[in-house]
Parts: sequence; structure tokens; C-alpha cells
Amino acid sequence: MENLGEANFVREMAVGKREGFNSREHLRNAELQADQRGYKDILIVDVDAHHYENQYFGEIFKYIEDPVLKHLALQRDGNPANILFNSPNNQFNAGRLLRYGGIPHEEAEGNEHPETTRSRRQRTAIGIDYQIIFPTPMLALGMHPDPQIETALSWAYTRWWTEEVLPQDNSVKSMVYLPFFDVDASIRMIKTFGEMPGVIGFMVTSTRYAAVHDNKYMRLYAMLEERGMPLGFHAAFNQQERLFEGMNRFISVHSIGFVLNTLIHATNMIINGIPERFPKLKILLIESGLAWIPFLMQRLDNEYLMRTNEAPLLKKLPSQYLAENFYYSSQPLESTNMEALELTMKMMNAKTQLLYSSDYPHWDFDLPSVIWDLPFLDDQAKRNILGLNSLEVFPKLKAEVLGKMKNA
Amino acid sequence: MQKTFIAKIEAIESGQRFLAKFSGIEIVVFGHKGQIFAYENRCLHQGGPVGEGMILGRVVSVLDSEKRLVREEFSESEDQLICPWHGWAYSLQTGECAGLRGVYLKKFEIVNEKGSVYVQSQS
Ligand code: FES
Repeated sequence: MENLGEANFVREMAVGKREGFNSREHLRNAELQADQRGYKDILIVDVDAHHYENQYFGEIFKYIEDPVLKHLALQRDGNPANILFNSPNNQFNAGRLLRYGGIPHEEAEGNEHPETTRSRRQRTAIGIDYQIIFPTPMLALGMHPDPQIETALSWAYTRWWTEEVLPQDNSVKSMVYLPFFDVDASIRMIKTFGEMPGVIGFMVTSTRYAAVHDNKYMRLYAMLEERGMPLGFHAAFNQQERLFEGMNRFISVHSIGFVLNTLIHATNMIINGIPERFPKLKILLIESGLAWIPFLMQRLDNEYLMRTNEAPLLKKLPSQYLAENFYYSSQPLESTNMEALELTMKMMNAKTQLLYSSDYPHWDFDLPSVIWDLPFLDDQAKRNILGLNSLEVFPKLKAEVLGKMKNA
Repeated sequence: MQKTFIAKIEAIESGQRFLAKFSGIEIVVFGHKGQIFAYENRCLHQGGPVGEGMILGRVVSVLDSEKRLVREEFSESEDQLICPWHGWAYSLQTGECAGLRGVYLKKFEIVNEKGSVYVQSQS
């Protein structure tokens, strides 16, 4: 029996579905970790967090431009079922993850938007300085049978986000959703929102059947390369993907589904020489974890050496493109085998290519400690992954951080 | 022996859970089906507040004689404490992690003296 000494206090504990959910209180143990590890002296940028934009469809739908779609969206009191692409889902693990029931009831402080309150509380608790926030149900829109809906909703969502919420807090950043099916609409998004404060990049949802090397995308890539703004591919899963028809569990579909489209898009990008055509285009692969990277490196290298004729634009091995031309968000960091993780990080040049992400409040979120506590990383590598690498990927963020330091 | 008063037994039996904070460690004390438990309130995964979590019977698969799945059900004999952050589950009786056998939540001894519940904080 260890000596615990005197208790500082004993109090009743809030359990289960609390009245008035508070994200900071839910993350109180994260705040203790942040204090113990001294995160306040370290720049922490979270490149992938989320909100549940469906809570605010009442505010978003008014920005839909197409009058017929707007009429459709506004039926049934803004119930989104008629315009979203829905799959069976068990993110909340049958109620075991208590925040899923609480977050919709979190109240705003003062006059600010509830999202501003919620995201500040989560950042404060986790120890995050800047956070890129993405939508949640809309991540499935790339599978919607009517591509006009992706175009219309991404426009309406981005207007709401950049006009009503983003200006309330400098710590929140956005990679604007591009309706990838429609290149003209995507270019309009870049031109309209690219210069807005808080917008630091652009994002395509990965779950779609698009061929990312199609000629129609070249002017999009050229435009982003010229602007120096990164393009993220955010993974998701589609339970209705035909390959998954025999998969009965959320765990099965999620484990494979969040990697499947990333494997396909990264392969197409490399084999078709997109990094050679646009060497300064920064591509960030979001939310597929890291374990797939050594797999794809070895598969592609092995076959490339026998079929260089099929990839004539390449000037180096596919694995070198993966280690030098792509960036990766860290979550969900697969860490049950430390030796494998260490080798993975070495193969992918984690010190320069890896960016910390929490994915909070989703079911498999990661705290910064998943990076900070790794025994094989040196101090500089940890600082790079937690924040400094993001400054290289997001020039607008770098300018803001440097400007702040100058003024301090 | 040093012990720290947590609560009256009635409060624990009514379903209230209590958090005792010592320097460097927090302990959650709660009751379930007539027993009282005390565990460190720090999940072995990423340090979540495991003591706030749901208590549910372990999910078990029922197979027939040909090893076909008949159904799943909640165990009546084995309850689990489930961390509310990501869902790591622990045996309520022993604190053993369901997914990593042989790994345990830190458990503390409870003393019930005439309806007052204490955590034993020093031998
Ligand atoms: S911290 Fe408890 S399940 Fe992750």
C-alpha cells in the first residue's frame, strides 16, 4: 500500500449524462496532462478537429444559393436527412462515449456562438494553440448521388463558418471544403474564401470515386501550388461501399474504410507523377493514421521497379515521394507496437512530414501526449510534429505566429 | 493505518460516485450491486476519467454446438467499467483491462466502518 498522504478534497463526481455539458470539464484529465508536461511553452497546432455542423443546419441552409435545393433542405424543420448521405453509424459506441450525448447541450458563454465556446474549452483543456476544424456528417457528401448537393452545401457551410463563427476566435482555422466533383465550383471556393482570415488551406473529402490524376484537376492543383496553400484529403468511411457489404461491425469498416481511399488517392497521385508536375503543391493526408504508409511504400516500390514504363514521370522511388512530397496528420496514431511505430516514423520522415492532430471530439481522438511521450523521438522531433511542421505547411499560419511573436 | 473518509454508505448505495484527490493521484469510489470499489481515476490508455464511465455487463457471444453465432448478450457475472473518452473497458472486480490481459487499473482498499466508507490511504 502506497502512502497517499492527506486528501486535498473529496467531492461528489459528475457522472453520465450531465446537465449542461462542458467540454473543458469532460477533458479535465487532459488539462492535468498538459500542465504536467508544460505544453504552455510549446506550440501545439491541431490540424484535424471537428464539429457537428448538423447542429447548426438551421443557420447554414440560408446560404444555399440554389432555390430548389434550399427549399428541399428547409423542409422538415431543417432535418438534414433529405440532403445528407447517411450510413449506419456507431461512433458513440452504443452510448459508452458520454460526450456524444453531451455536446449538443453545451451552452455558449455570453453572446458568442456555441461553437466558439466549445472549441475554446477543448483547446484550453488539451493544450492546443491553433486548431483546424472540419465538419462531420458532410464528410460523406462525396458519395452523394447528386453532386449538386455537395456544391451547394459546401458553399453554404463555408459562408456560415467563415462569416458567423470563424471571426470570433483567431485560434480556430479552416481548410475550406472543396466540392471536388465540380472543378469550376472548387475554383470559385478558392477565389472567394482563400483570402479570408482564418482560411489557411483547402480540403477534399477522400471518400469518393474521383480519379485525382484526371486532367480536369490540373488547373486546381496549379492554382493551389501558386498560392502556396495546402490541399488536404480528409479520410472517412462509407459503410455502403460494396467492398464492405460483408462487414458487419463499425470497427471493421472503420479500420479499413479510413485508409482505403487514402491508399487509392496517394497511389494515383504518385504513379501519375502529380508531385513531379506540381513540386510545390503541398498535399496533406488526413486521418488515416500511419500504419498504412510502410505498406504502400513497399508495395509501390517493388512493382515500380518492374514497370517503370507505367509511371514515366517518376524520377525517384514511390516511397521517396511518400516520404518527401506528402504530409500526414497523426491521428489515429497506431501505437500498440512501438518498434513498428518507430520504423514507420523513420520511413516517412516524421520529423518533417508529420503533423499532430487530435480529431477531437470524435470517438478515437488523440491527445498531444501520444507524440510527447514517445520514447524514441528527440525533443526537436516532438516540437516539429506538435506544431512547427504545421508552420511549414500553412504559410498563412506561419505569418500569423511570427507576427504575434514580433509584437510580444 | 491511515484512512480517508469518503462518504456515508447510503450516498454510495444511492448511486453517487466520489472523487478523492490526493497529491498526485485521484481515486474514484462508487458502489455497484452491493459492492464498493475504489480505483485510480486515470485510464491506462490516454489518462481519461475512467471513473466517470458507464458500468455495463461484458458483451459475450453465444455460440451453438456447431459454433454458429446465436446471439450476443451482456454477461450477468462480469461487469465492466468503461472509460468515457474512447471506450477502454475494465473488469469491475479486478480492474483488468479487457483488451490487454494482465494490465490493471490501480485498485484501492475500502473500509466500511459503521456505515462510513473510507479509502485506505496508508498501511
Ligand atoms: S483514455 Fe480511457 S479509453 Fe482512452
